[in-house]
Amino acid sequence: MNDTSTLKLGHIQGETGIWEMVIGLEIHAQISSKSKLFSGASASFGSEANRNVSLVDAAMPGMLPVINEFCVEQAVKTGLALNAKINNVSVFDRKNYFYADLPQGYQISQFTKPIVGEGEIIVDLDDGEQTTIGIERLHLEQDAGKSLHDQHPTKSYIDLNRTGVALMEIVSKPDIRSPQEAGAYVKKIRSILRYIGACDGNMEEGSLRADCNVSVRKSGEEFGTRCEIKNLNSIRFIIQAIQSEAERQVDILEEGGTIDQETRLFDTSTGETRSMRSKEDAHDYRYFPDPDLLPLEFSESWVQDIKEKLPELPDSLKKRLIKDFGITSYDASILVEEKDYVDFYQQAANGRDGKLTANWMITELFGALKKDNLSFLESPITSENLGELISLISNGTISGKIAKEVFSEMMKSKKSPSEIVKEKGLEQVSDDSEILKLIDQVISDNQDKVNEYLSGKDKLFGFFVGQVMKLSQGKANPGVVNKLLKEKLK
Amino acid sequence: MSELLDLNLVEASKALKNKEISSLELTKAYLKSISDTSSLGAYLEIVEDKAITMAKESDKKLIDGNARPLEGIPVGIKDMFCTKDIKTTASSKILENFIPTYESTVTQNLWNDGAVILGKLSCDEFAMGSSNETAAKGNVINPWLKNKKMSPGGSSGGSAAAVAARSALAATGTDTGGSIRQPAAFCGITGLKPTYGRCSRWGIVAFSSSLDQAGPLTRTVSDAALMLNSMAGYDQKDSTSANLKMPDLMDYLDKGIKGKKIGIPKEYTQNGISEDIVNFYEKSIAWLRDEGAEIIPVSLPHTKYALPAYYIIAPAEASSNLARYDGVRYGARQEASSLDEMYELTRGNGFGDEVKRRIMIGTYVLSSGYYDAYYLKAQKVRRLIKEDFENVYKKVDYILTPSTPTTSFELGKKQDPLTMYLNDIFTVPASLAGLPGISLPVGLDKSGLPIGIQLIANSFDEAGLISTARVLEMSAGFNFIADGAAK
Amino acid sequence: MPNKDTIVDVPTVNKIARLSRLDIPEVNKESLTNDLNNILGFVAQLDEVDTSNVEPLASVTGHKLPLRSDDVNDGNIEDLVLKNAPESSSGFFVVPKVIE
Repeated sequence: MNDTSTLKLGHIQGETGIWEMVIGLEIHAQISSKSKLFSGASASFGSEANRNVSLVDAAMPGMLPVINEFCVEQAVKTGLALNAKINNVSVFDRKNYFYADLPQGYQISQFTKPIVGEGEIIVDLDDGEQTTIGIERLHLEQDAGKSLHDQHPTKSYIDLNRTGVALMEIVSKPDIRSPQEAGAYVKKIRSILRYIGACDGNMEEGSLRADCNVSVRKSGEEFGTRCEIKNLNSIRFIIQAIQSEAERQVDILEEGGTIDQETRLFDTSTGETRSMRSKEDAHDYRYFPDPDLLPLEFSESWVQDIKEKLPELPDSLKKRLIKDFGITSYDASILVEEKDYVDFYQQAANGRDGKLTANWMITELFGALKKDNLSFLESPITSENLGELISLISNGTISGKIAKEVFSEMMKSKKSPSEIVKEKGLEQVSDDSEILKLIDQVISDNQDKVNEYLSGKDKLFGFFVGQVMKLSQGKANPGVVNKLLKEKLK
Repeated sequence: MSELLDLNLVEASKALKNKEISSLELTKAYLKSISDTSSLGAYLEIVEDKAITMAKESDKKLIDGNARPLEGIPVGIKDMFCTKDIKTTASSKILENFIPTYESTVTQNLWNDGAVILGKLSCDEFAMGSSNETAAKGNVINPWLKNKKMSPGGSSGGSAAAVAARSALAATGTDTGGSIRQPAAFCGITGLKPTYGRCSRWGIVAFSSSLDQAGPLTRTVSDAALMLNSMAGYDQKDSTSANLKMPDLMDYLDKGIKGKKIGIPKEYTQNGISEDIVNFYEKSIAWLRDEGAEIIPVSLPHTKYALPAYYIIAPAEASSNLARYDGVRYGARQEASSLDEMYELTRGNGFGDEVKRRIMIGTYVLSSGYYDAYYLKAQKVRRLIKEDFENVYKKVDYILTPSTPTTSFELGKKQDPLTMYLNDIFTVPASLAGLPGISLPVGLDKSGLPIGIQLIANSFDEAGLISTARVLEMSAGFNFIADGAAK
Repeated sequence: MPNKDTIVDVPTVNKIARLSRLDIPEVNKESLTNDLNNILGFVAQLDEVDTSNVEPLASVTGHKLPLRSDDVNDGNIEDLVLKNAPESSSGFFVVPKVIE
């Protein structure tokens, strides 16, 4: 095996040289609407079979689609957030194919005239670098239903609850060059969708899933034949699937083979992709404009209204956090990753030491949550309480060391830091006479060390500080201890 | 009995409101004539009990003085309309057991206005046909020259035959390329296809969504006006429904046509049109001129291409609209061990030959590599056809044409699909342009078969269409009754 | 648009039948192929029309697409949805096993 440690991410060392990956992503994001794209049935997740199904969703004869305004708005909002061109006239097409969980025999989608055209986003990579990924388009479409194959030995069971739920398909340009970049891209899209509230981004429940188009080439060559890996529902799987698929392709090419353009599935148990067993005959979707719907049109002023109401997005927020709170670019990019983080941070840091707040949030809070296996929203510590803790440190009420003790108590009891400090008597002691008493005690207990110090062993000063702090159970203000000790030991 | 059957819809409505007759006796008279004319095969389903119940309810309203516009009027419904708890098959084997749990908007509008349902009327399978011969349960016989077994036309053949045979006082139809107007012409009655968007398509089995439009088949123009008054209306459940109020058509019956301009397109008198029809067409022109209309020769240059464009667009949409008949959620399933095999057997078995032909054509013209050459080309031609009409309506108010190139033909005589398609040559252009058209009987040909003339109005001018048709109706004075009609 | 006598042959008809999920008995294939060729030959007349610079017309309706508000006002009708199903079990539609 070659040593791959010096390879760039997304490069594969083959016998014949270095291969580069070319990746494009199609993200399917479920719109956070209450009802479906073309019917008034609930779009919620987890109901009993066929409960959230209207006669329209079940494609009963003569049933007709009527579009949900909220979904159109979310698509426009997302388009604006992706710096993309909004198409004021777009068209719904039928994508025709037969499948048991596709009741109409076609999916209503947008083919030639999507609601959103080209755009781009900036993606933050782990090494702190940034890269720009192009957006090809965004369109609205219906989700399909669900087929259960494990309920009966010779039958499949069909649940149409998801049928007709509104999806946005966000198609990237083939600008992505490594699995890690793909992961960062999905993270960024998810973060934007959550900021604007267009999609909850919950990958476990399938609200966000990605199809990955992967091909490999030698640097500078034309794009190779691509394979599409369907329906990946976690960032980890996206990274694994792309890596393994690219390696598979390199193996084939290096043995002189060719890549078949096909749809593949990622097997999470083996970590490898496999060809779909039931190969559709050559797909021929026969797209044509849905005659039950007219072209979707809206005015420029309607788009402007949406634009004005758009919340601040991660990129601009990051710049603002650096400027307003003086934090590092690295900390800022972590904080803007999720809207919940940044909201929490801004509340906690408001009028306080921004750097200190960021440190405590990223190192202590995130660390503790991870250790306790809690999600951010389950945090026992509120932004108010973290802010208060920062204040107690900054104004000298408690030392940094005591703060850690208070913090772990906050994690356990959900109490406010001042309450804990009061209950446990943890206030920092800054009063000269109190501290002088402690100093006198330490001096009388360690007369021999005092003599050594006075005879020139300067290093022992730290020892005296430590002893005073110990005697105060950490509550003495170290600054005051230092000052008074120096005077006392002159 | 006969006296009751002699009343047209407007007359019957008046007699009901004046309490000269009851809905129950009227409905019973029609139920009897359904049974007397059952050999015509117009009805697929008769709902006697429901009819009686509804008639009784209507009589109560009539007695209480709360009569609605169609109170107590017994009507037949084309089997393309979904009717709640009443089997709806679109004349197809694939839906032979389908019982909707919902009511189409148009039929609901009729019931809301007091009409009484008699039953469901046969049609060509999925409304695809011009002779009613593609119906799964067999053809319908035209009540005219009953013994010769003539076609009632199609696809609303059962509706036209029932109205002509006096086994329904009025009927609903759907018209995609002529399916109301052509059978109305063949059966000597009035058939009105409104502007696309006037009647909701919600709950009507879809054939070609950009063309399908519901309308009435009746004995007279005023009957059609009264029916359409109730059937039409904006419906939020149909995105293509027009949010425009239609005026009360009954106010337009006697407006006359003095000073109106009638366009006579030169393209509609071509080879292949029967001599008797040409004669009555010329007579109709003369009648309208006598009533004060100005006759203006016009040209609709792309008329010739309407039928080929239609036979691309309609099958294309149908191939997709009929994909839902897959045996999964409803319909007659053919069991098989794999899903694809189940689909193929269910659909292969459940659809008749004409439906299969159109699905195949539609799939082909949409398929990769052929889309531009066929489907897109047809849509471009459709625009040219629409523009032809727009240009002509700058100069004239209405267009007069024959409804069909020939009168009815004997059942089983036209085997070739293409020859059959030519029946719709005069009705298809207005369908492609979405315009309202009406066919009304103006005379009989040498063999005694009715001849229909078509008037086409500009979009949403049903009111003017009614005024003009009424003038032509009065001039023609067509008052023949089919020999196969109930007595 | 090809303007020959034979536009589609039997293999093409097989392909189209497969895309349409229609079982066509072998004995009917030739006559179906003939019918399709007649119809496709007939519609090929459109070739004569100059449509350069003509926009395709998908809908004759003049109005804009109406939008509905995002309200849940449908669903909860499993019994109606399943009422006409050829086969169903515990609230699901049932079909022959699908292999993915």
